[in-house]
Amino acid sequence: MMRLILAILACLYLPNSLHGQDLIVYGETVHTMAGDAISDGYVRIRNGKIVEVGPSADCKPMGDEKIVRSTIITPGLVDARTCVGLAGHFNTDHDRDELDESSPVQPQLRAIDAFNSRERLIEWVREFGVTTIHTGHAPQALIPGQTMVIKTKGNRVEEDVIIPMAMVACSMSDTALRDDSPGTRAKASAMLRQKLLDARHYQEQQSKYITMDGETDLPRRDLEMEAFSSVLSGDTPLLVHAHRARDIANALRLQEEFGIPVVLDGASEAYLMMDDIKESGVPVFIHPTMIRPYGEQENLSFETASKLIDAGIPVAMQSGYESYVPRTRIVLYEAGMAAANGCSFDDALAMITIVPARILGIDDRVGSLEVGKDADLALYDGDPFEWTTHCTGVIIDGEVASTQLR
Amino acid sequence: MSMIISLLASLFITADQPAPPDSGRHVFVNARIIPVTQTEIPNGFLLIDNGKIVEFGDMTDWKPSAAPPTIHDCSGQTIMPGLVCTHSHIGIQGRGGGGADRSDPIQPDVRILDTIDIQNSGFRRAVAGGLTCLNIMPGSGHLSSGQTAYVKLRPATRVEDLLILDDENRPMGGLKMANGTNPQRDAPFPGTRGKSASLVRQAFIDAQEYQRKLDEAAADPGKMPERNLRMEALCEVLRGERVVHHHTHRHDDILTVLRLADEFDFRVVLHHVSDGWKIPDEIAEAGAPCSVILVDSPGGKQEAIDISYETGRILDDAGVDVAFHTDDLITDSRWFRRMPALAMRAGMDRQSALESITIKGAMMLDLDDRIGSLEPDKDADFILLDGDPFSIYTTNLQTWVEGRKVFDRSSPSDRLYAVGGPGAGQPLRPYLCCIDEGHHE
Repeated sequence: MMRLILAILACLYLPNSLHGQDLIVYGETVHTMAGDAISDGYVRIRNGKIVEVGPSADCKPMGDEKIVRSTIITPGLVDARTCVGLAGHFNTDHDRDELDESSPVQPQLRAIDAFNSRERLIEWVREFGVTTIHTGHAPQALIPGQTMVIKTKGNRVEEDVIIPMAMVACSMSDTALRDDSPGTRAKASAMLRQKLLDARHYQEQQSKYITMDGETDLPRRDLEMEAFSSVLSGDTPLLVHAHRARDIANALRLQEEFGIPVVLDGASEAYLMMDDIKESGVPVFIHPTMIRPYGEQENLSFETASKLIDAGIPVAMQSGYESYVPRTRIVLYEAGMAAANGCSFDDALAMITIVPARILGIDDRVGSLEVGKDADLALYDGDPFEWTTHCTGVIIDGEVASTQLR
Repeated sequence: MSMIISLLASLFITADQPAPPDSGRHVFVNARIIPVTQTEIPNGFLLIDNGKIVEFGDMTDWKPSAAPPTIHDCSGQTIMPGLVCTHSHIGIQGRGGGGADRSDPIQPDVRILDTIDIQNSGFRRAVAGGLTCLNIMPGSGHLSSGQTAYVKLRPATRVEDLLILDDENRPMGGLKMANGTNPQRDAPFPGTRGKSASLVRQAFIDAQEYQRKLDEAAADPGKMPERNLRMEALCEVLRGERVVHHHTHRHDDILTVLRLADEFDFRVVLHHVSDGWKIPDEIAEAGAPCSVILVDSPGGKQEAIDISYETGRILDDAGVDVAFHTDDLITDSRWFRRMPALAMRAGMDRQSALESITIKGAMMLDLDDRIGSLEPDKDADFILLDGDPFSIYTTNLQTWVEGRKVFDRSSPSDRLYAVGGPGAGQPLRPYLCCIDEGHHE
């Protein structure tokens, strides 16, 4: 109880506005995720960026800085794959925007047009230290739509977004199958291949006209084909939801045929496919450690993340998609369960910081505490993975984003 | 091959009933012992015999006896009572599973024991998580979906092997009821909360009339009414012999349950209680124990938008008896310890957290004289942990039920269910701890 009170008091010291004033955050342990953790370290923040990181002994306060002290400091957490913001906590028609069922293939649906930045679940995950999310349409259709990468500050989407079109979501699992079509896996694959071939033709048509002078005869722009073209040209990865080993194999086959960038989503039987996954170079957004073991996830293992990491495969942790209760999981908890099941502490923390930042291509801004990066920090009063530890504060872009004890 | 051997072995054991029990004498030494109802012992022993706890105490008090037990060195390990889950759905999924059907919103005649699939892999996961006793419940899609079953996770070939019997050898269980949105749907189901309550009141009023006839028949057997399974179950509730386990989330729904319990004087345990933190004094005044669920984030269904990690603490502080439950598969039995730990994160004190997954659950099932704590003459249901029960890094090593080891993490076949992997979702492996490795005890 005493610890709780102290933590609450510590929170009160967090300043509300830091414009024009340096902030120094001292931590008994600073997990920078760029080299070894620093014991008794500090992070100096100026204008939303990290300007110094090191042992406290090297810190030279000018006297006019705001000071925050914490037991543990980590980079702001990065959730590798979620649906929050499109999926809302009421889970009724008015806040269920993660899936449109009018067609099985809709890569043109943008996440930015469906995102409620003031959704309570965004505030909720932020209060546990999550500062960046890769969110978007739910993996409940063959091609349900796009994803995006955004900070969890809760401002207008244009202000917080990092990558408006991050990936095109795809499901090659049971969740792609419908009463009508696609009704089988083979049909789903055939539909997907045809779409990619159509997009290749579309690209050829477009480039033909672009080389000619005058734009009057340009073929009609097609949003669906444009989205697939972006995948074909390698600009936008296909995020393939697959759990069974055979579905993972289908995803890898598609990657080989079209030479497109693929990221695996879910992958609960990935432990059966490790050599193939490694050879393909495909990264994995592993399922939340605590998803329910039924249906196509029935053979999941808590140790999959650690096995894939040991095999040298890039693995990031996702909170995933939940259609019911809880409406979202929290990557901090899920990485913790991986840490309790074979992952080292550092590997588990990397799964929710620097590794997803690298896979998403945003490691120049987030994922570690390094000079020049965004000042996104999560503060904890103990081992962040312990069930009884609290997140005591969250800083995003140098501003205090949460003082709620969680 | 090992599968075939184990199947053969299980056939052998099945044919050789009663199964070779390990109900002998065992002593577990050099363990940290958390009896729950008594002070923790940093370095102690636990002696069991014939499925019961004989004694436990500090190591300095351990004296080898005339009948030497098998000695287990538990250095670095923690022993605590087997975990009690007051609300589980293991073994009732699949086509034709569950309790009541769509024919009526109130079906107290239905028994969940008639549908439990003991081969379901969920039972193996439950013992891996340290659970030894469950209240298996039908769902919440009815005002009453039927009778629940209190079970022990013993080695089993049929559901009878799991059932807990009362003094008259009757299977013990409660009556599942629910209100709020889950039971609301098209007729004959209720469409509103007012209709829900009126249907329940009518059913209990009918039961009171049936009970009156039973009372008359006690003096005059000729007046015995025709047997009516639905009425019989409701009369057990009216007589206080069968506890109502009531699914309820919203504050007004919780108060409706308390109003009905008061009107018909039935014993009730409130389940889920998402809004319970809003009305702790009302719940305390009614004396209703609460079996609480805690999930990672609020919402997912409208009734649970205000679900809080603080519910356990607030109710406990108000003097309400608080247990937690898995609602398996809503949460997985393998990390049941996580739920009270998260409640501690929100301020619940450690002792209450320990009680919430052991003795308090046992009380809610009328089993606290038999299980829920380490006490002499109680059932030898306990678990061996490799650390503190509320640390994420702590693993359950062994689970014992009535003096028999039902889970051993060092056995590969048991470990499969503890962590998952190829085949972990399949129901076919026989429920016999450690048999593949030939060290079945």
